Amino acid sequence: MARKSSSLKTAVVTVAAWTIGFLIFFPILWIIILSFKTEGDAIKTPLEVLTSGWTFHSYAEVQERSNYALHFWNSVVLSVGSTLLALVIAVPAAWAMAFVPGKRTKDLLMWMLSTKMMPAVGVLVPMYLLFRDLGLLDSRIGLTVVLTLINLPIVIWMLYTYFKEIPGEILEAARMDGANLRSEILYILTPMAVPGIASTMLLNIILAWNEAFWTLQLTTKAAAPLTQFIASYSSPEGLFYAKLSAASTMAIAPILILGWFSQKQLVRGLTFGAVK
Amino acid sequence: MATEHSRTAARLMVSPAVILLFLWMIVPLGMTIYFSFLRYNLLMPGMESWTGFDNYYYFLVQPAFGAALLNTLLLVGGVLLITVIGGILLALLLDQPFKGQGIVRVMVIAPFFVMPTVSALVWKNMFMNPVNGMFAHIAKTFGFQPFDFLSHAPLASIIVIVAWSWLPFATLILLTALQSLDREQMEAAEMDGASWLNRFIYLTLPHLTRSITVVVLIQTIFLLSVFAEILVTTNGGPGTASTNLPYLVYQQSLLNYDVGGGSAGGIIAVILANIVAFFLMRMIGKNLES
Repeated sequence: MARKSSSLKTAVVTVAAWTIGFLIFFPILWIIILSFKTEGDAIKTPLEVLTSGWTFHSYAEVQERSNYALHFWNSVVLSVGSTLLALVIAVPAAWAMAFVPGKRTKDLLMWMLSTKMMPAVGVLVPMYLLFRDLGLLDSRIGLTVVLTLINLPIVIWMLYTYFKEIPGEILEAARMDGANLRSEILYILTPMAVPGIASTMLLNIILAWNEAFWTLQLTTKAAAPLTQFIASYSSPEGLFYAKLSAASTMAIAPILILGWFSQKQLVRGLTFGAVK
Repeated sequence: MATEHSRTAARLMVSPAVILLFLWMIVPLGMTIYFSFLRYNLLMPGMESWTGFDNYYYFLVQPAFGAALLNTLLLVGGVLLITVIGGILLALLLDQPFKGQGIVRVMVIAPFFVMPTVSALVWKNMFMNPVNGMFAHIAKTFGFQPFDFLSHAPLASIIVIVAWSWLPFATLILLTALQSLDREQMEAAEMDGASWLNRFIYLTLPHLTRSITVVVLIQTIFLLSVFAEILVTTNGGPGTASTNLPYLVYQQSLLNYDVGGGSAGGIIAVILANIVAFFLMRMIGKNLES
């Protein structure tokens, strides 16, 4: 009896979970399907869409008409560039705070976090005017710096929580064995820190790739990443479903794949270590 | 353990980050505060003059401000309600053992990785469009009149779109928290005859309280600055029906060139966000001590 009810429960859970999971994922699945249809088929009823023929035409069309590759490349440069820049600044800082904590370390961490709380719109006007006066509007350099700064607190925090987990006793043991500071860092700390740095990097690339306030405000064409490029479809090109779908699919695919690898780090990174 | 030497080195290693973040915080914000006290319009360069609190006064008394403030609160509140309740239910479901758990988990998390402009446009065109959208097709199949979501219920539609993007975040965090729940305690309660509801209210919910608070606070920080979704779907309209505070500031400063008024609005947005940030910081700070 007990066994029967528990297998019934498992069946119900399985069906419910799969149904809800499918419904949540459905919009993404739908744009992938539409991206392989012709414009004429893409606006038909769902049943007709599914039974119509498949084509790669929209993908070629998107590149031909709008230089998709440029915007994709901009997204790569901006997200990877700002992440590397942030790491160069953050690794030493997080390292020092984790291994040589002082009385003020906690206050310093909290203060860094507080800079992340400032809403972007509060500094929109001066940033826009500064960028205009410095000739940085629609430049990759300017936007890379901004993306670095807005994500720097998260990067420092994530690295700090990872470095904190490296046991200090190992260092002492190495020191007893006569290791100097250089070999300590090179042979003991670095190998232990690499996984943490890698996951921080991954999460930050995702955040920078999807950032959609500064990328929309500070770029128009030359430096525009995919967020801005897709926004240009808002009207009237948005009514070309197949092309919009193809452009969208290409814009989200790389990050979906990276994202699936970083589920766990996502929790830690976005809650500033409050939930692990 | 730390010597004077290593302390100096540590200070040197931290200082670039501190200096950069300090500049990033103080320079633009200082400029916003300064601009907010000027009569400054980009269409009339060289005419800047000191106006005291006039910008604040005019920003606050315009009818659009009341609407934007209400919309901001409704947007934050609506999305929080959907994502927290939905997230708890979904986390409870996904925490049960079933076949294909990994795949379902991946499907549920996916929307979080979709950039805001894509999710907004996809919902707007492929689903909510009153002619060719999926909802219109479904309505027609059952003989109903298609509903124009973004013209007749713009704010509610945007809430749905934003909630879709954030539901995975809430679910993922609550699921992570659920997995650290003490199973033995749960089984003991079950053996003692506690019902499912009682177990949920007295064991699960208290265990989740902290994670729920974290979800609410972090989402609030991000939801207070929703922008892209509004820009590509409704442009804040019709009228001010879907204008939130960030969008109003953008409109006033970059579309109407009113730098002074926009800056005053920006400062008001900062104050609003800081009230939330205050509570969030206290929570995270407490966690750092334990």
